[in-house]
Amino acid sequence: MKNRFEKVVFYAIVTVIIFYAVFPFYWAIVTSLKSGSSLFNVQLFPTNPSLRNYIELFSEESFIQSLVNSVVVSGLTVILSLIIALLSSFSLARVRFRGRALILMTILSVSMFPQIAVLSGMFELIRYLNLYNSLAGLTFCYLCLVLPFTVWVLRGFLQALPKELEEAAILDGCGPLKMLWKVFLPLAKPAIATTGLLAFIAAWNEFLFALTFTLSSDKRTVPVAIAMLSGSSQYELPWGHIMAASVVVTLPLVLLVLICQRQIVSGLTSGAVKG
Amino acid sequence: MQATESTPLLAIPEPGLMKRFWNFLLYSRVLWAWVFLAPTLIALLVVAGRPLFGTFWLSFTDASLLALDEAQFVGFSNYTTVLSDPDWWTAVWNTVVFSVVSVGLETLFGLGIALVLNSTFPGRGLLRAAVLIPWAVPTVVSAKMWTWMFNDIYGVVNHILVLLGVLEQPVAWLANPSTTMAALIFVDVWKTTPFMALLILAGLQMVPKDVYEAAKLDCDSRLKTFFSITLPLIKPTISIAVIFRSLDALRIFDLVYVMAGTTKGTATMSVYARQRLMEFQEFGSGSAASVLIFLIIGFFTVGYLWLIRPSQRES
Repeated sequence: MKNRFEKVVFYAIVTVIIFYAVFPFYWAIVTSLKSGSSLFNVQLFPTNPSLRNYIELFSEESFIQSLVNSVVVSGLTVILSLIIALLSSFSLARVRFRGRALILMTILSVSMFPQIAVLSGMFELIRYLNLYNSLAGLTFCYLCLVLPFTVWVLRGFLQALPKELEEAAILDGCGPLKMLWKVFLPLAKPAIATTGLLAFIAAWNEFLFALTFTLSSDKRTVPVAIAMLSGSSQYELPWGHIMAASVVVTLPLVLLVLICQRQIVSGLTSGAVKG
Repeated sequence: MQATESTPLLAIPEPGLMKRFWNFLLYSRVLWAWVFLAPTLIALLVVAGRPLFGTFWLSFTDASLLALDEAQFVGFSNYTTVLSDPDWWTAVWNTVVFSVVSVGLETLFGLGIALVLNSTFPGRGLLRAAVLIPWAVPTVVSAKMWTWMFNDIYGVVNHILVLLGVLEQPVAWLANPSTTMAALIFVDVWKTTPFMALLILAGLQMVPKDVYEAAKLDCDSRLKTFFSITLPLIKPTISIAVIFRSLDALRIFDLVYVMAGTTKGTATMSVYARQRLMEFQEFGSGSAASVLIFLIIGFFTVGYLWLIRPSQRES
C-alpha cells in the first residue's frame, strides 16, 4: 500500500465484497426470525426476533421427512462413491498402465455431462428397475453425478502423496492390496474427508433428479421440498417458512465450509484445474 | 542360468509354476490396477453409459411418458420437430445470453476478488471465508432467497435502491422477461463468482514471486505489470476456468426453474427439454432436445479437455 488513499479504496472494495457475499444469507436469517406483519417491514435487524417460523416448520412432518431423506440419500451416495472411488483413484494415481489416459478423460467427461442428457434414459432405467419414487432410486442416479467427481478429486490428492513411502512398502514385499489398505488409507484420511464433504454438498444440493424421480412428498429431498413450499394461494407464499427452511438446510453447510476452508479450496481447485 | 551352474551353492531353485502364478496375482500392479478400476467402470457403465444410451435411443422413437415400452423407431423426426420449434430457439438464445453475460461478469469479478485475495493484508482470512458462503448455499435456496429479496413490494433490493435514489419507485423485477433474465444472471454471478475467484487465485499463486521483483526493478507501474506480466501468465488458468464455468452455465436448470418456472421468456435449454419430457410427456422430442444439449456441451467439453491436456502429460 503506497499511501493512505489507496488503503482506504482497498478496504472499501474489501467491505463491498464481504457485504455482497454475506448479506443475502444474513437477510434470510433475519427474515426467518420475523413473523406476522413484521415480515413485510424492511428492517435490517429484527425488532422482535421469534423462532415461530422454525417451530411451525418442524411441526410439519413432511419437512422433517425431507430432511431425513436428504441425509439418507446424500450419506449413502457419499459412502458408496467413496468406497468405489478409493480403489480406482489409487490405480489412476499410482499405477502406470495402458489406457489410463483414456479412462481419465472418460471419467472427466462423464463428470461434465449435462444432467439433462441422461434424464430420460435414467427415467426409463429407474422405472425398469422399479426404483421410481424411492430413496434407493435417487441414490442410484446420484452415483452418476457424484462418482466421477469423487474419483477425480481423490486421485488428485493421492497423486500428491510422496513416492518414497510406496517404494519402501514395495521393498518390504507389500502387495498392491496391502499397500492400499496399510499405506494409503491412513495417509489419505484427510483427503477422503474433504472429498466426502464436497460429494455430500453436491448430493445435498441436487435438484433436477430429485424433482423428476420422486412423486410423493414423503420421498422428497429438502431442495425439492423448499421449492414446493407454498401457502394457501399462489400469491401468498409463506416467506417466513421458506426462509427458515433455507437457513436450516444451509447453516450446516456454511459452518462445515468455514471450518474446512483450506481443504475445500484445495480440493475444488485441484479437481478443476490441475487435472 | 550359466552363472548359477558354475556356482551351484548359490543356485536358487526355479519357483514352481503355481508359485509364480501366485506371485503374479499378488504383486502385479497392472493386474491390480484393473481389478481396482473394475467397480468404477462397471458403475459408470450402469449409471451413466446406460442412461445416456437410453436418451439417444429414445430420441429416435415416438415414446411418451405413459407408453415408454411401446416406443416405435421414427428416425430423425423428433429432431426436425425440435429444430423447427421457435420455442427451442428462444431457449437456445436465452441460454446463450445467460451464459455469456454471467460467465463474463464472473470472470471479471472473480479476477478482481482473486487479486485482492492474493495480496496480504489484515482481514484476508475473513474475506476468504465470506466469499465461500455463496458457494455453500444450495442453488434452490439461493433462488428462493433472491426471489424474496427481489419481491416488488416487500423486497429489500427495491427498498435499498429507492433509499439510495437509484430508483424512483419499486420495480417488479420478476414480472417481465428482460428484468427476470437480469435477476437470474445477477443471482448466478453472486453464487458462482467465488468458485471463479478461487480457481484464478490458484493460478495467481503459481506465478513465481521473482517475476514481480524483476518488474519492480524495471520500474513498471503496477497497472502495466498486471497487463504485461500477470495477465499473460494466468491466461491459461482463466481460459480453463471460463470453459469450466461455461459448461455449468449452458446446462443451468435449477436456478431458472425455481425463480422463473418454465416461462418462455427465460426458459433455458435444460428447462425446455425437461418441460417436453415431463410436462408434455413427449419422451421422443424431449430426448432429442437433450441429445442436442449434450452435443453442444460436448463440443465445449472437448475444448476443455484439450486445454488441460499439457498438464496431463507431465503427471
